[in-house]
Amino acid sequence: MGTIVLFTPLKLFDPMLKKRDDFEDILEERRTSSDLRYALRCYTPVLYKGVTPCKTSVLKSMVLQSDQLHYVINQVSKESGRAADDVREEASAILEEMAHSLQLSTVRFFAFMLSKVFKTLFRSICVNEEGIQRLQQAIQEHPVVLLPSHRSYMDFLLMSYILYTYDVALPVIAAGMDFMGMKFVGEMLRMSGAFFIRRSFGGDKLYWSVFSEYVKTMLKNGYAPVEFFLEGTRSRTSKSLTPKLGLLNIVMDPFLKGEVFDVNVVPVSISYERILEESLYARELLGVPKPKESTSGLFKARKVLSEDYGSIHVYFGQPVSVRSLAEGRVNRCQFNLVPRHIPRRPSEEIQSFVNDSAYRLVRAQEENMVLKPWVLLASLLLQNHHQNRAAGQKPGMALDELTTQAVWLRDVSRQYGAFLHWPDHTSPSEVVSSGLSLHRALVRVCEGRVQLAVEQEEELLSQAVVVLSCASYRNQMLHVFVRPALLASAIHIASSNQKRKTDVFNSFSFLRNMFSSEFILCPGATVQDFEEACYLLVKTGVLQVTQQEVLVTERGHRTLAFLTSMLDPFLQGYQVVCRFLCEEDTETLTEKQFIPAVRKFIVNHLLAGRLRYAEVLSSDLQKNALAALQRLGAVRKIKGYLVKIQHFLTQL
Amino acid sequence: MNVLSTCAASACQQAVCRALCSVVTKGNIVGVPVGTHPYHKFEIMKWNGWGYSDSRFLFNKKGQAEFTGKRYRLSGMIIPGLKDWFEGTFGANLQHKTPPTPLLTNTAVPPATLNEAFVEEVKSTGIPFSHDAEDRVFRAHGHCLHEIFALREGKIGRVPDMVVWPSCHNDVVKIVQLACKHNVCLMPYGGGTSVSSALECPPEETRSIVSLDTSQMNRILWIDEKNLTAHVEAGIVGQDLERLLNESGYCTGHEPDSMEFSSLGGWVATRASGMKKNIYGNIEDLVVHIKMVTPQGVIEKSCQGPRMSTGPDIHHFIMGSEGTLGVVTEVTMKIRPMPEYQKYGSVVFPNFEQGVACLREVAKQRCAPASIRLMDNEQFKFGHALKPQVSSIFTSFLDGLKKFYITKFKGFDPNHLCVATLLFEGNREKVLQHEKQVYDIAAKFGGLAAGEDNGQRGYMLTFVIAYLRDLGMDYYVIGESFETSVPWDRVLDICRNVKARIIRECKDKGVQFPPLSTCRVTQTYDAGACVYFYFAFNYRGLSDPVHVYEQVEHAAREEILANGGSLSHHHGVGKLRKEWMRDTISNVGMGMLKSVKDYVDPNNIFGNRNLL
Repeated sequence: MGTIVLFTPLKLFDPMLKKRDDFEDILEERRTSSDLRYALRCYTPVLYKGVTPCKTSVLKSMVLQSDQLHYVINQVSKESGRAADDVREEASAILEEMAHSLQLSTVRFFAFMLSKVFKTLFRSICVNEEGIQRLQQAIQEHPVVLLPSHRSYMDFLLMSYILYTYDVALPVIAAGMDFMGMKFVGEMLRMSGAFFIRRSFGGDKLYWSVFSEYVKTMLKNGYAPVEFFLEGTRSRTSKSLTPKLGLLNIVMDPFLKGEVFDVNVVPVSISYERILEESLYARELLGVPKPKESTSGLFKARKVLSEDYGSIHVYFGQPVSVRSLAEGRVNRCQFNLVPRHIPRRPSEEIQSFVNDSAYRLVRAQEENMVLKPWVLLASLLLQNHHQNRAAGQKPGMALDELTTQAVWLRDVSRQYGAFLHWPDHTSPSEVVSSGLSLHRALVRVCEGRVQLAVEQEEELLSQAVVVLSCASYRNQMLHVFVRPALLASAIHIASSNQKRKTDVFNSFSFLRNMFSSEFILCPGATVQDFEEACYLLVKTGVLQVTQQEVLVTERGHRTLAFLTSMLDPFLQGYQVVCRFLCEEDTETLTEKQFIPAVRKFIVNHLLAGRLRYAEVLSSDLQKNALAALQRLGAVRKIKGYLVKIQHFLTQL
Repeated sequence: MNVLSTCAASACQQAVCRALCSVVTKGNIVGVPVGTHPYHKFEIMKWNGWGYSDSRFLFNKKGQAEFTGKRYRLSGMIIPGLKDWFEGTFGANLQHKTPPTPLLTNTAVPPATLNEAFVEEVKSTGIPFSHDAEDRVFRAHGHCLHEIFALREGKIGRVPDMVVWPSCHNDVVKIVQLACKHNVCLMPYGGGTSVSSALECPPEETRSIVSLDTSQMNRILWIDEKNLTAHVEAGIVGQDLERLLNESGYCTGHEPDSMEFSSLGGWVATRASGMKKNIYGNIEDLVVHIKMVTPQGVIEKSCQGPRMSTGPDIHHFIMGSEGTLGVVTEVTMKIRPMPEYQKYGSVVFPNFEQGVACLREVAKQRCAPASIRLMDNEQFKFGHALKPQVSSIFTSFLDGLKKFYITKFKGFDPNHLCVATLLFEGNREKVLQHEKQVYDIAAKFGGLAAGEDNGQRGYMLTFVIAYLRDLGMDYYVIGESFETSVPWDRVLDICRNVKARIIRECKDKGVQFPPLSTCRVTQTYDAGACVYFYFAFNYRGLSDPVHVYEQVEHAAREEILANGGSLSHHHGVGKLRKEWMRDTISNVGMGMLKSVKDYVDPNNIFGNRNLL
């Protein structure tokens, strides 16, 4: 371990030093004053350096006349032998299909409608006003990119709603093409600022060029903040997803090429106390296909309107300057020798810079995610559920036992830097019961004992829906504990009583590598993560770390046990996937067939009692496990078929 | 520099002068001594600031700015707008003064380390030399901010140990031979207008440093009217060269902003550029033949053919060598008949973007006037503040009317508009035709002709700005200009980003007041432009203002490079920008230059350590 150099001052890891803003409930005013007046009020946001918003038609013609597009049109025309005008027509059609047509009237309509809907669905929508002020400032100084977390369809309407409320410039939002399928709604969304991109357009030069030029034109001129989801899609598990880099590359490009002085990126963390799509997601993960977005489907979803979804917290993070991110990392001279409008594949230096930045930004989102007490309860109940089941004990735990444990976990998670929203002036038992009552679809209180709403005699898949829903709440706090939990598991693995630091580090590094698609772990930061985990566990009195050894303290066992059981379902899950690949004949298995096959295998294991974690049925976990095995070289994909490297698998 | 009253002030004066000359000297002038530049320059020039001792800006007792002396058009005039602009722009206050140390104290000057044997042999050649403190200090610096700031504080670092004044090529040959023989470090000195720390003595130099002052080598040796060339000693200063040639009806047309003081040898050694390069070319286009004395001997070509295909042009080893290879002693330069007619002009644009687009179009059509420069809004305001007091009510009424027309009638935003200044030259008919062509292009970009006066004042700004820096330094304001060249498609981006970077860095470095951060496009080329940045700030409250200044300038240069700008368009590299040379010209490029240096000067006699 002596060889590991510490590059971050330890103090930086200390989560207690994080300062966070206070929240204001924006629904409060909506409940006392007219929604109509609110929707019709004077809306005069300040734009970048005082530019005036530009008409959609002007924007489109700017894009079509850009040097970049001009170049690509000629290139495509030469390569394909088509007339340039013909290609230009196509480009224009792509742009028509893509472009937003933001209209204030539509925004006002949404403002009115959403006020009604939000007031029914949610108790409060809490926003950090200081964050809004910072954003307001940033918009005036630099082109701004908004990066909200993505947990619900609601996210982008909610974002625009909040910005409208605070008189901040409305963003244009990158949305998936699937929305366009919903005829009327698609157009409504377009008029409220959404622009639509195809999910995949890998080789289509022309499409890429129209798309990137469109985004850059809006951004560079500061006509509107650009908003997109770094995670690419809604996270069905409430864990942050590995960031997608395409759009981030595009919005950083104008800075890297010197077309703007700086770009400010604002991570936004949206936390739902109860997610609207809760059971929908669980079903989807279990392989019940997701319903195609359709307008009629949306209306059917009306029954959700009668339910209570608690509160939403929206935290606008500190604007991150792309210039300072790039300082000392990117040599911008690399763009000096080729005209900037000629599209080029980003250099390795740029790719790794964008990738690292993306991880940093996702972590910034995670850090400001508000955790409700229910998240703690879900974690405790889930652990209890599995332990009891394994021990064959009576299901559930006594209410006061749960309360005591929740208070313990509250204190621990605060020490680890969680942004926990635990009402301080309410008694713990009240906090617990209010959390339970909001989630009565998932838990049941019976004879003073709290347990997951799972019937033993129920079908396995129905049970799994509840477990996966609960797991999605537990997942909300994973980012707080993932590094310490990896360390705890590494310590657990080191068999002997004497835990040599080098061994622990090696196990930590292995686990971290294996789980790098599962959790947000910045590439190449193994040593920092290890230091951070050590620091936290030492600070909280769980470990003593000397030059050579890692010692677990007397009182540290409880925390350690909690942390290892948090990671255990994932470990077991990866093991099962591994076993599946070892035991089954996979020679004829394509990647597509992998999920159903492994699911069947897992169901058998669960039914036979060889596996206790129903959440392993999550296709997300299975995919991540496969990705990990590919990364570790145990499985290879050849012509679409999965080829296992037997000796590797057995080793694992 | 056309506005200098010392040379070519008005067309009328020139005409008179020309008439006289043609009578007196018909034919070639040989060996005319000039003598505007005495051995002891500090007798007429400031030792711790820019230019002539008698010319300076000051705030008089009424608090009005005036320019002293009689040399310039602005001399003796009151500039009513300067005080408000100065206080408003920098947050400066006339109560808060930072006067310089008035006199050079000899005790501050390190004693001379003399190489006795060398001194003895120089003495025997009869070449004048000196080791007086004043002479040595005067040649120990250029005009970088840190150099002048230190002088004003009375701080003197390593200075040359001795100054020699060769008066011809053969004197230089002798001196270089002696320096080689006695292992003495030679540093050529021309006009002393360097802004790249090129004249700073390397502190690590242990040998005796001898400053080789070329100022006495200032004769035009011959003029060849058949080929339109002149053979000139390299120590001649720009204004003398122009004046002497004018006497015979010729000019070189090479007018760098420093031409009052900078020398022909210095131009060659730094790859200088002149304001009117669009007609006459830059120094590399103007030289036909160069003679340089190196430790290995004299380098020159055998003929004066206008172009040769004889391997890499050896002139290009000399031009830009910045005194590291030898001393340029004689140059044959192209000359042109003096222009029959000159006309200034100016165009106001609604914004800088339009202005740049217009310059680009002018360059594309290859119809650039002798000079065309585009100032940004801040500089336009600056130029405005430098308007001298107008005597007649009528003029001020007209000014008001013009302002009303542009801002109210044409709807130009006074905080966005910018102005291009123009100078046309040639025969009258062609000038007028050319003028129309340029104004027609400007009109396409929303430009409005704004009169000769504004144009002329724009060019005046160029030469007074160096004097103005001294005024600023009396009141806690320090600043500097620097330049770059950049492809056309990058011009707007580089201007925006570098200006923003300067403002940002100042803020980060604790500067208490917003800085002046402004730029102008000063030259157009087929493939790009030369951009000048001006940057100044009020340093009250800073403990080490020069260090802050240097950090900001460093950051600005990084920004220039990151935005596709060059390390320098014409100031050169010196020691100030050395650190970026390798990235600029690649490892192989460095190796090539180094190997030339190693061959030509293996013992580093020309040890100013510039460039590499």
